Amino acid sequence: MRFADRCDIFLGNDILRMGRRRWLPSGLFLFGGHAPRHNMPGTARRTLWSFQSRWAPLFFLLPFLLLLVTFLLYPMVRSANLSLYKVASPTAMRFIGLDNYRFLLRDRVFLGSVLNTLYFAIAFICLQMPLSLGLALLLNRPALRFRNVYRFAFFSTHLVGAVFVGVIFALLLTPRHGPVDRAIGAIFPRLGVETPWLSSPILAMPAILMAALWISVGYGMIYFLAALQAVDPQLYDAAVVDGAGRFGTFWHVTLPSIAPMLRFLALVGLIWAVQLFELPWVLFQQTTGPAGRGLTMVMYLYIMGIGVGDLGYASAVGWVLVLIILLVSLIGLPLLRSREAR
Amino acid sequence: MTVRIRRAALHGALALMATISLGPFLWLVCASFKRDDDIFRYLLLPWREPSRWTLGNFSALWRRYPFFDWLCNSLFLACAQTCIVVVLSSMAGFALAKYRFRFRRLLIGVLLASMLLPYQVLLPSLRLMMHQLGWINSYAAILLPSSVSAFGALLFMQAMWQVPDELLQAARIDGCSEWRLWWEIALPMVRPMLGAYTLLSFMASWNSYLWPQIVLQSEQKYTLPIGLANMMAMGEQQIPYGPLMAGTLLSILPVAALFFVLQRDFIAGLASGSIKG
Repeated sequence: MRFADRCDIFLGNDILRMGRRRWLPSGLFLFGGHAPRHNMPGTARRTLWSFQSRWAPLFFLLPFLLLLVTFLLYPMVRSANLSLYKVASPTAMRFIGLDNYRFLLRDRVFLGSVLNTLYFAIAFICLQMPLSLGLALLLNRPALRFRNVYRFAFFSTHLVGAVFVGVIFALLLTPRHGPVDRAIGAIFPRLGVETPWLSSPILAMPAILMAALWISVGYGMIYFLAALQAVDPQLYDAAVVDGAGRFGTFWHVTLPSIAPMLRFLALVGLIWAVQLFELPWVLFQQTTGPAGRGLTMVMYLYIMGIGVGDLGYASAVGWVLVLIILLVSLIGLPLLRSREAR
Repeated sequence: MTVRIRRAALHGALALMATISLGPFLWLVCASFKRDDDIFRYLLLPWREPSRWTLGNFSALWRRYPFFDWLCNSLFLACAQTCIVVVLSSMAGFALAKYRFRFRRLLIGVLLASMLLPYQVLLPSLRLMMHQLGWINSYAAILLPSSVSAFGALLFMQAMWQVPDELLQAARIDGCSEWRLWWEIALPMVRPMLGAYTLLSFMASWNSYLWPQIVLQSEQKYTLPIGLANMMAMGEQQIPYGPLMAGTLLSILPVAALFFVLQRDFIAGLASGSIKG
């Protein structure tokens, strides 16, 4: 029991030695840099001691709370308020009520960006989940050789930031000479001559999807692997006894057992996907892509807010995004809970 | 026999997937040592003609772009950001897990709710705030708003629930201050999670693009993602493929190095945190 061992070590040795270790400058006496000072009169020492133990949670939380209020709660309220203004510059604002939202509903570019975002999110989830799960199933054999090598290989893509992935894929997807087209040409010699990945409206989204999947399939695999290893082995034994086939075992034992993880990953993936920004932004060289097919909601928010400068309109776009995420989580969270309760 | 064939097929499939995963890395490394006109001519490197290999891309990065500035900026911001976030959220997590006080449940509720909030909705109002504070083009505008992480606080809260109360009480009786309870008992006990979270927040800061791009204006202050993204989008000019690839390679390496150091903690922490939901 490693945990108990640690407690023992702490109780037995370390606490006794603590007085001699100096981690903090002694000036921080409020939290007690080290053992109470001996040159202080007894009552003062006791007052200080009770003071610090009484207010400790406040001191631990204070910096965090201050920042939370200043840089999260206040800006949130402010942006709700800001979405009711027309902003020409930080000093020139005019109250227009709900006009921003009214205009959004008729804004074709915005509606296009919503459609693109939803298209991406749904396609992403439908592809990422099965791929990650498939990989995890292939890797879920303790006796498999090079298992850790594979695991590392699949996961390593997740370390690369979205901007860098965008840069790499913009070059990988170069028509005809890029590695992706070369690979297609090698497998289907008649088909892959020259694919205009980044300049054709139909292929814009598949190109983004390809990069997004490259980032996140291995990441999902790690989670599925953890879930698969937590499945009760007795269930598999029971399935064998009952004469279930490979597919039957998967459908009736594995899938229900990892269902909580499935839902969790779907929810997290959806929330991540509707916030898509960097990949298309870099892939299409800071434009909205061919025929605007690379435009996502966050991209539109950025273009309207920073490019055009109407921070009010951008806030309104942001709140529509909040609404979408809220809808997804309101549907998704209860599903998540209901399973865990059982 | 069939077992052997099946095993070979399994390894074949896995190797193919691994190639897809690692191939872009390999191509990136090769591309950064090729001349611009060779990048697409050879799939990897021109093996037969070592004279065509070049280090010119790296030197071009230094000569033609303020790449060294970007690298230093990114390193500084990521390190500072990581320290601030880890310290603040572990302190908050410790307080939430190990003390009873008023509004505790309310605070946890607020944190949970704010995890669902897409941070992009804050960007317009934060931008306005930074303008009014006069913080545009300063690093305070990057460090402070991203230093509060509800996710981190909740993660530490969850991990520190395991620290036994008896242990803390025993330490208190021995004269240990609350501050040191956190630093010398609670933090060491959640070490795996600490490692994972450190790497996670370093990556988040190192790769962050949208907010720094909004705040920073002068090229000398850019971070790596901004610099490289702008190298990509030079308008009508030809994209400088070689330097771009070299820069990307150099931008990925630090995170990869940190990952190697913290790897075991990281994957373990990632998986264990998730199982509990």
